Amino acid sequence: MSSQSFILLYPYLIGLSAVLFTLGVIGVLARRNALIIFMSVELMLNAANHAFVTFARQLNQLDGQVFVFFVMTVAAAEVAVGLAIIVNLFRLRETVFVDEINLLKG
Amino acid sequence: MSPDIVLFIILAAIAIVSAIAMIVTRNAVHSALFLVVVMVVLALFFLGLGGPFIAMVQITVYAGAIMVLFLFVVMLLGAERVGAQSGLRWQIPAALALGVILLVAAGLLLFSAQATAAAVEPQPAASFDTVIPEACAEDVALIQASGVVQGTPCLVGDSLFTSYLFPFEVVSILLLAAMVGAVVLTRRPREQGA
Repeated sequence: MSSQSFILLYPYLIGLSAVLFTLGVIGVLARRNALIIFMSVELMLNAANHAFVTFARQLNQLDGQVFVFFVMTVAAAEVAVGLAIIVNLFRLRETVFVDEINLLKG
Repeated sequence: MSPDIVLFIILAAIAIVSAIAMIVTRNAVHSALFLVVVMVVLALFFLGLGGPFIAMVQITVYAGAIMVLFLFVVMLLGAERVGAQSGLRWQIPAALALGVILLVAAGLLLFSAQATAAAVEPQPAASFDTVIPEACAEDVALIQASGVVQGTPCLVGDSLFTSYLFPFEVVSILLLAAMVGAVVLTRRPREQGA
């Protein structure tokens, strides 16, 4: 992509981030499968990463891209622990649907 | 219309349609695969926005490692079956309404005159240089010639191991803690006294 005409697209690139983030929020609010909720959280993180890279390009700095690297690392850690919790929940309750998991006592 | 805009519209449409399909589909395996499509499209955007290293990391770490972990757990649990009925009938309309409100608020902020005026003026990259002296000479020369910062592996590494060294080490400890946590959480409970 050439640098000149792409400049005009910045509001739309950030708009794409906003749309994807909103879809992630809707997924978290509307779905009841814990795995899908988790995937929607990943979608929100990806939308935020896209905004980071777009701003890095607009400001002509690398710091945004370095930050994306950190976000990805934290997301990997979060997925490892979160999926372990879901596997444990499934062992305990035989379900991954969050409105059936409504007791504090296991 | 310039090729850039056509490319942007096609990729954005693929990303948004895949994201909607991810939320709507009843099969968790299909959801994971649609999410992979979104991540690959975002990697293409990262390439176009001058982040070749971050684009490749996006594909290997996100579309590769993290989504394989997701698919593994979905298939391990047999959770890909059709979902149970919700006890809350107003949940989906409420979620859609809140999502639309969020999108309208974000759009108002984004396309207000002030934000747009600030966005169309990109900053020049005339004085770009690495923290480590004389590092990545070819990449720096390329950037100073074109005026566009490219996140090559060498330049991202230069930033990561100098300015961001402390966060980098903190993240390594976080990953270690997550690894120990995942192992402890998924370990089957032993019998007493074992």
